[in-house]
Amino acid sequence: MSIKELQKQDKVKFLADTLDRIKEVEPKLHAFVTTLTAEDVKKDYRSESGMTKLSGIPVGIKDVLCTRNLRTTASAKMLDGFIPPYDATVVKKLKDAGAIIVGKNNCDAWAHGASTENSDYGVTPNPWDLTRVSGGSSGGSAAAVAAGEIPYSIGTDTGGSIRQPASFCGVVGLKPTYGRVSRYGLIAMASSLDCPGPITQTVEDAAIVLNTIAGKDEKDATTSDSPVPDYTKDLDKSLKGMKIGVPKEYFGLGLDKEVEEVFRNSLKVYEKLGVEIVDITLPHTEYGVAAYYIIMTAETSSNLGRYDGVKYGYNAKESKDLIDSYFKTRDEGFGDEAKRRIMLGTYVLSSGYYDAYYLKAAKVRRLIHDDFIKAFEKVDVILSPVAPTPAFKIGEKADPVSMYLADVFTAPVSLAGLPAVSIPAGFSKDKLPIGIQIIGPHFEESKILNVAHMFEKATENDEWRKNKVVV
Amino acid sequence: MVGKIDKQEVEYLAKLARVGLTNAEITKYQKDLGDILGYVEKLNEVNTDGVAPMAAGIQAKDVMRDDKVESVEGAPAELLECAPEKEDGFIKTKSVFE
Repeated sequence: MSIKELQKQDKVKFLADTLDRIKEVEPKLHAFVTTLTAEDVKKDYRSESGMTKLSGIPVGIKDVLCTRNLRTTASAKMLDGFIPPYDATVVKKLKDAGAIIVGKNNCDAWAHGASTENSDYGVTPNPWDLTRVSGGSSGGSAAAVAAGEIPYSIGTDTGGSIRQPASFCGVVGLKPTYGRVSRYGLIAMASSLDCPGPITQTVEDAAIVLNTIAGKDEKDATTSDSPVPDYTKDLDKSLKGMKIGVPKEYFGLGLDKEVEEVFRNSLKVYEKLGVEIVDITLPHTEYGVAAYYIIMTAETSSNLGRYDGVKYGYNAKESKDLIDSYFKTRDEGFGDEAKRRIMLGTYVLSSGYYDAYYLKAAKVRRLIHDDFIKAFEKVDVILSPVAPTPAFKIGEKADPVSMYLADVFTAPVSLAGLPAVSIPAGFSKDKLPIGIQIIGPHFEESKILNVAHMFEKATENDEWRKNKVVV
Repeated sequence: MVGKIDKQEVEYLAKLARVGLTNAEITKYQKDLGDILGYVEKLNEVNTDGVAPMAAGIQAKDVMRDDKVESVEGAPAELLECAPEKEDGFIKTKSVFE
């Protein structure tokens, strides 16, 4: 049930049903690292919050967001026993609104990945086909929402980690503008890219959640003080006369035939809504993933420097002195992908390579950013596929570069700090969901949600909407 | 840019990053890092003469606030509770010197 539908329901009963549903589905889906019991839930609930649209409604939180007195692991062995002494701002805002946290969603360890296979607690398969991945890194969040375990979850997106799993699981995933939602209490991956955002069943729900979590936060200096509008206000605005840009560069880059077909069909839907489709160019698209993997690993290696086994997290007991303890703690506590990113990030920042790699990537980042800004002089929003393929098989992408290329349509948007929403737009022949991505100018979340909502309405009776998950 | 990376460089990076690695891991990361560096070499095709580097997608400005002490519920006991080793209200570490 969506947040909107739940407004008229018995929420006490719904909470009990939710906890039952989680119990039933988890053995197959493993979308949570930690789940709460009815007893735990009561302890946390703030009854003094008054009535908001989120009051009494259960929510899952990706396990990279700190929750006070509730284990937060980042799906990494390093933080297995970590009990944060404070709430992330996003979590605090949800609790203040009366939301009920029922568990912490699985993800790739440290949010490193595009499949949730990197989780140190096991993979979350796709609820539409359990032999396939749920996407990542917010795979647990997207799978749990798609499987009806929870009405919504809070994920995080650094290079596509909300949008791609939303597309793979057939749900809505909103990556807000960088700085729209506070990162305080988010276990940092790449600080110039990380964005928390909602994963929901409907576009309207994404708007409702964004209303609660957006805004300036003194504890995150990069949050914007631009006013937070009511994101539900423009959802039904007519799209007549609007211009949607389609980047020609997105049709190479390994785009699967069925994904392309769903995308082309969505253009027809928009044309019927009176939208003008405009061909645009984003000339630096093919360099997005390369620039992203340099900038992101540079920032990741710096952020993961704090895990030294002293203040919190895993500590290698058998070490002879402090420096030995650092080496052993980090060898045993970090998994394969974290180590790869730490090493690559250290390399691109090291003396002699900084100019050739990090600085070069930061310059290409500006060119990618400028491509989008120029495009928005001609069009209102940009429409693109989310990922080049539908959900791939578990274990299929063994080499790191092929996994990184899953971000080809999402990473450039992150580098430019733009908001984008991934919405379900159809299915493959194998009954796998395929999404489309609507990208807007900075702080134009209302506009992309309007464009997304009108698509949802126009297709609400389509045959493919009747497909059901297998869990 | 140099696409390939040799074994000594991988060992040096591991040392800089304070990550102990086995020989098998060093061989694996030598290949992985070589592959990734080979891929990102495509950035050389882009002319970036006169382009200013960009640190974040939004033009950030300096934000100032008073550095005041706030009382935080549960602190410092809950904070200290997070440390793997502690003694008498202090965080305990291995010795730096023999």
